[in-house]
Amino acid sequence: MCRPTHYTIAYEINPWMRLSRQANQSRAARQWQALYDLLTTRLHARVQLLPPARGLPDLVFTANAGLVMGRTLIRSNFRHPERQGEEPVVERYFRRRGFRIARLPRAFNFEGEGDALWVGERLFLGFRFRSDATAHEQLARIVGREVLPLELADRRFYHLDTCFCPLDAASALWYPKAFDRYGRRVIDTYVREPLAVSTADARRFACNAVSVGRAVVIQAGISRRLKTQLARRGFTIYEVNLSEFLKAGGSAKCLVLRLRRAP
Amino acid sequence: MVYYSSKGARMASEIVHVSGHIIDSLILPKILDEIMDLNGSFEILDLAIGKRKADTSTARLKVSAASPNRLASILKRLARLGAVPVTQKDAALVPACKPGVFPPGFYSTTNLPTAIRRGGRWLPVERIEMDCGIVVDRRGGRAACTPMVRVRRGQLVVCGTEGIRVTPLARSRTQDVFSFMTSAVSSEKPKAQLIAGVAEAMRQMRRRRRKILVVAGPALIHTGGGPFLERLIEAGFVQALFGGNGLATHDIESALFGTSLGVDLARGVSTQDGHDHHMRAINAIRDLGGIRQAVRRRILKRGVMHACVTRRVPFVLAGSVRDDGPLPDVLTDVMEAQEAMRRQVQGVGLALMISSTLHAIATGNLLPATVKTVCVDINPAVVTKLSDRGTFQGIGIVSDAASFLRELCAALRLSRR
Repeated sequence: MCRPTHYTIAYEINPWMRLSRQANQSRAARQWQALYDLLTTRLHARVQLLPPARGLPDLVFTANAGLVMGRTLIRSNFRHPERQGEEPVVERYFRRRGFRIARLPRAFNFEGEGDALWVGERLFLGFRFRSDATAHEQLARIVGREVLPLELADRRFYHLDTCFCPLDAASALWYPKAFDRYGRRVIDTYVREPLAVSTADARRFACNAVSVGRAVVIQAGISRRLKTQLARRGFTIYEVNLSEFLKAGGSAKCLVLRLRRAP
Repeated sequence: MVYYSSKGARMASEIVHVSGHIIDSLILPKILDEIMDLNGSFEILDLAIGKRKADTSTARLKVSAASPNRLASILKRLARLGAVPVTQKDAALVPACKPGVFPPGFYSTTNLPTAIRRGGRWLPVERIEMDCGIVVDRRGGRAACTPMVRVRRGQLVVCGTEGIRVTPLARSRTQDVFSFMTSAVSSEKPKAQLIAGVAEAMRQMRRRRRKILVVAGPALIHTGGGPFLERLIEAGFVQALFGGNGLATHDIESALFGTSLGVDLARGVSTQDGHDHHMRAINAIRDLGGIRQAVRRRILKRGVMHACVTRRVPFVLAGSVRDDGPLPDVLTDVMEAQEAMRRQVQGVGLALMISSTLHAIATGNLLPATVKTVCVDINPAVVTKLSDRGTFQGIGIVSDAASFLRELCAALRLSRR
C-alpha cells in the first residue's frame, strides 16, 4: 500500500474524477489508515508500504503499479502520461526488495492488477479503456498460464477491478453490464459461482473489494441484499468508508496490490 | 504489398493477424461477428489452435469490405480487439542520387489505383500510370507517380513493396460492354450492340463531366472517317485528340484538295498528280506558321483539325522518324510529346483509339486502369496487342474506322449537317 500523503485530484482521466470535486486530504488519510489498520490488525495481513512521492497523486492506487507473480513484478505501462511517472518509482522500489522486473514493450498499455485478476489458474485481463487486448499474449508468455482478455463496455468501469472481483478460486463479484455479451459468456463459463451486483452497488464500487481468506473488505454503503448473499456463501464482510478515494474512481482494491497470491 | 480482392465493385481487403488465448476468451468469434456487423466479410486463411491450456492460438484472416473507407473502419475496430494488419509498415523512401535515375530497388508502378502508407496513413498516389516510380514530397503530404526522366536528385522515391496497396479493378455488378477483356478479340462479334454500348458510355462520361479522348491514325482519314470524327468534335463528344503528323496531314490534304494520299475521298479513285497533295498541304501549313493560323486565315475551312481549333479541343501531334515535313504543330521531341499527352490525359474517363497502333499504345501506357478504353482497328492483332498491355476496362472492335464512326454517329443520333 502507499500512504495518501500526496493524494489529490490533479487531473481528470476517468469519468469519476472532477477537478471541481476535490478530495479532503485529512479525511482521506483517516480513511486510508482505517483500511490499513483493518488489514493488518484484524485480518493479520502483512502489508508493505511504498513510500509516497510528490507529484504522483495516484501512486496511492498501488493495484495499478503492476502484477506480482512469485518474485517477479510485471510492471505497468500506463496509458495516460499523467500516471507514467509512477513507473520508475514502482520499478525502483521492487528492484530494491529483490524482485525481478518484467516489462511489456512500450506499445502495449497494461495497468497491472487494475486490469489483471486471477481466478484459480486463469488470469482475466480487462481491456479497452486502459490496457490493450494485444497485451494479453505478452502476459501469457510471462505468466505461463491462460490469459483471457475481456472487453470492458462501460467507461465508468474503466478497470477490470471496478466491475469484477474474484473472491476465491470459484466465486467472484461482478457487474454484468460492464461487459458485452462475449465477456459475460466468458465469465459465466469460467467462474463457477459468479455473484452479480446491482447497478447501485456497482456504482458504490462494491466490486472493488479486497478478499483476505474468507474476509471481504468492501466499500461501506452496499445493499443489504449483497451482504446477505455474501454471508450466505460464508464470507465475512468488513465495511470501510473510502468516500474520498471514490472521487478518483477507486476504492479498497485499488489501494492494495497483492504481493502473494492467496493459497 | 496488399492486393485488394476483386469481388464486387472496388472491393477492398486486408489480411489481419490475431493471436493469443483467442478461443476461450471468445475474442476470435467476436472479431468475426464484428466484421459481419460492420458489413464486411472474412475468410479464415489459417487457424492454429493451441493444444494445451497455456498454449496460444493464432489466426490469419482476410477481411473484405465494399470500400476502402468501410474497410478502414472495420480495421480500426479490429485493432482494438488485437487483430492487426499484416502489413503495418510504412513504404520505404530512398532519395534519388542522380537526376533522371531512380534509386535501386524502386517500386515500378502499375496503372491500377495505388496508395502508399506514410506515417501510418494511406496516401493515394496521384496521376497513376504504369512503369513509373512514386515520388513523395518532403513534407510527406502527397505522393505522385513520376516518370523516370522527371525525377530530380534528392527526391524521395518509394522503394521495395512494403507499405504499398494496389486496388485491382473489380468486375462491375451491372452488365455493360466494358466487362473485362476476357475473351479474345474477334471479328465475329455483333458490333451494333457494342457500338450502342460505346455511345451510351460516351453520353455517361459527358453527364459526369469526364473527358473523352480520341487517339486516331491516318487510316481514319483514308477510309473516309474524317467527317464523322468532325461531327463528334462539333457535338462536344471529344475533349482531347492525339495523333501524329499523318493524321493531321491527310486531314488537311482532304480539306484543301479533297484527297487523302492522292485518292479522291468522294469518288474513291486516284486523282492525277495527286500523289504530292499531302506534301503541298504540309508546305502550305508550314508557310502559314501552323494549323491554328491556317484556320484563323480561313485557308483551312473544314476537317478534323479545323473542328479541333474552332471548338477549342486540345490536340497533341507526336512525331516519328518517318514523318514528312512535318507540320509545325508536330512535337518532334518524343519526351516533350509524352509530357504533353500526360497533361491531357488527366480527367479522361473514356479513350477511343481508332486505327492507330503506336499512338494508341503510347496513350494506353499513360492511362490509369480506371479509364474505359475502346480500341477499333481493322487488324485484330492491334486490338489484342493493346488489351494485352494492361488495358483493364476495354473493348476491342475489329472494324474499319469509317464504318465504326458512321455507326457511332448514328447511335449518338448525330445527323449530317
